[in-house]
Amino acid sequence: MGRLSQEHQRRLNLAAGYLAMALIVLVVGLPVWWMISGSLKTSREIYTFPPDWIPRNPRWSNFRDAWQSAPFDRFYLNSIITTVAGSALEVTNATLGAYALAFLRFPFKNVVFAILLAALMIPGQVTILPNYVFFGSTVYDLIGQSWVNTYQAIILPGASVAFGTFLMRQSFLGLPREVLDAAKVDGAGHLRTLWDVVLPMARPVIVTFGLISVVAKWNDYLWPLVITQTENMRTLTVGISSFYDLEGNTQWGVVMAATVFVIFPLLVVFVFVQRFIIEGLTSGATKG
Amino acid sequence: MASTTRRDQVTTYRGQTVVRGSSRRSRLDAQREWVLFILFMLPNMVLFGLFTFWPMVENVRLSTQRWDMISPVRLDVGLDNYRYLIDDETFHRVLRNTAYFTVAAVGFSLLIGLIVALLLNQPLKFRNGARAVVFAPTLLSGAAIGIVWSYIFDPRYGLMAQVLGWVSVSSPDWLNRPEWAMPAIIIVYVWKNMGFAAVIFLAGLQAIPRDLYDAAKVDGANVWWRFRSVTLPMLSPISFFLLVTSILNTFQAFDIIRVMTQGGPVDSTNTLIYYVYDQGFTYINAGRSAAAALVLFVLMMVITLVQLRFAEQRVHYG
Repeated sequence: MGRLSQEHQRRLNLAAGYLAMALIVLVVGLPVWWMISGSLKTSREIYTFPPDWIPRNPRWSNFRDAWQSAPFDRFYLNSIITTVAGSALEVTNATLGAYALAFLRFPFKNVVFAILLAALMIPGQVTILPNYVFFGSTVYDLIGQSWVNTYQAIILPGASVAFGTFLMRQSFLGLPREVLDAAKVDGAGHLRTLWDVVLPMARPVIVTFGLISVVAKWNDYLWPLVITQTENMRTLTVGISSFYDLEGNTQWGVVMAATVFVIFPLLVVFVFVQRFIIEGLTSGATKG
Repeated sequence: MASTTRRDQVTTYRGQTVVRGSSRRSRLDAQREWVLFILFMLPNMVLFGLFTFWPMVENVRLSTQRWDMISPVRLDVGLDNYRYLIDDETFHRVLRNTAYFTVAAVGFSLLIGLIVALLLNQPLKFRNGARAVVFAPTLLSGAAIGIVWSYIFDPRYGLMAQVLGWVSVSSPDWLNRPEWAMPAIIIVYVWKNMGFAAVIFLAGLQAIPRDLYDAAKVDGANVWWRFRSVTLPMLSPISFFLLVTSILNTFQAFDIIRVMTQGGPVDSTNTLIYYVYDQGFTYINAGRSAAAALVLFVLMMVITLVQLRFAEQRVHYG
């Protein structure tokens, strides 16, 4: 009888576990579903209470209306340009810096280390104002024109990297010594070793950091908000918020369709890469 | 840091290079590596200098000036901007809001994150899928998510009104009432960031050796006691890491607030980072913005230093 009730208890726990898990997935997923279903609703359906969970006649034209009421093609282009350029610079800087710290001799390595650590402690949010002044007045004084409202101004302050440099250095140091030594015996210089040996072996960490960087750049908001002034330079996140400021909460269907533009690409990418990102983040946290 | 280099003839020790033997080739090699090191590091260092370190210096200077960012004249006002902040009712409110937001957002994110992690640590099917779902909001744009939640909080037609309706509670006008706006922001923030804590906690749980639990079981510890005596202590380093990073992240939470409430109504969601932005780019008052930014920076610095202190102790302890 004892065994039976134990088995009974185990099943009960399991059922409770699944129930709790389903509840959590529901709570987390519901807002996203609300966005998707809202993006397919007519104004009439939006202003129905209680609301329909599934729009009866999906109104696909919300997407067309949203796309046409702000230059979303331009926002996309700007987001892609600044994300790709910014992340490429970040990954390059992190890779070169990590290689230098891990494998190259230098008398003041400690100083470089300390500088990177210090940089890690100054978040970009604290420096927006002086950076804005830099691109506005300082650059103007130097070259006779302001860089406010340009791609380079959006990209450059986020192009340097401390966290990624440390992350990659750590993983470079863990690469098998024999392979690196073999490259040396073959007479490979440092550039060859970096390109042909280190990069292929360290691909997982580079991909992980690259993904983290892309997500951060795609979602960046405060700096692009401050440094862009005309509609045609806005990135998606800034564009959607000014679109919402204008449309307000009268046209929820169209506004939700517009938010789908911003969120959908990342959600799709996430489905394929979530494992890399989660593993990258957790290994950083548990080992660090 | 001591590191041995490739031919063991040159050793860097505490930043000093010691050359053993006097092979000219190896010295030439070393110099070539120095040059390469500088080349590899230079772009990063220049960018940090221009856009991180120099702005910090410039920010201190700006904080002692009165300037509208247009006129060619910057008026030196000494510590007036700081005096203004000390006396300003709004700024006091901003500090209280920041404390409220940080404590609630971090507390709930970590608490719910831990509960979710404990659940996903059970041998359930689909738990990796659930982990992905829980983590997903972390990666979504705060600006877009803020807009979606503004619709959810719509007092008459929103999802929240519907859910509250099930338990016969009528929805407050979340974003237009001073007492409800901050809770609304906190709900969104916790929804978006709880998954990060959950995933990190889960990794911490999975790193706890099984035999610790087995030993506790042999000692007759029940579930709660095993949690108290094994899980919590083993999780404490990672909890501390999470606590600090979460606090630092909430200090930087801007997009959700900007999109949902713009610091309002009547400054009820105006936090430090929002105040910095608002003073600088709405009221075009560079000096006050810079002074507030410095306050924000010092706060974050203190928290980081405390963490480093404790992290060091942890190393000794472990």
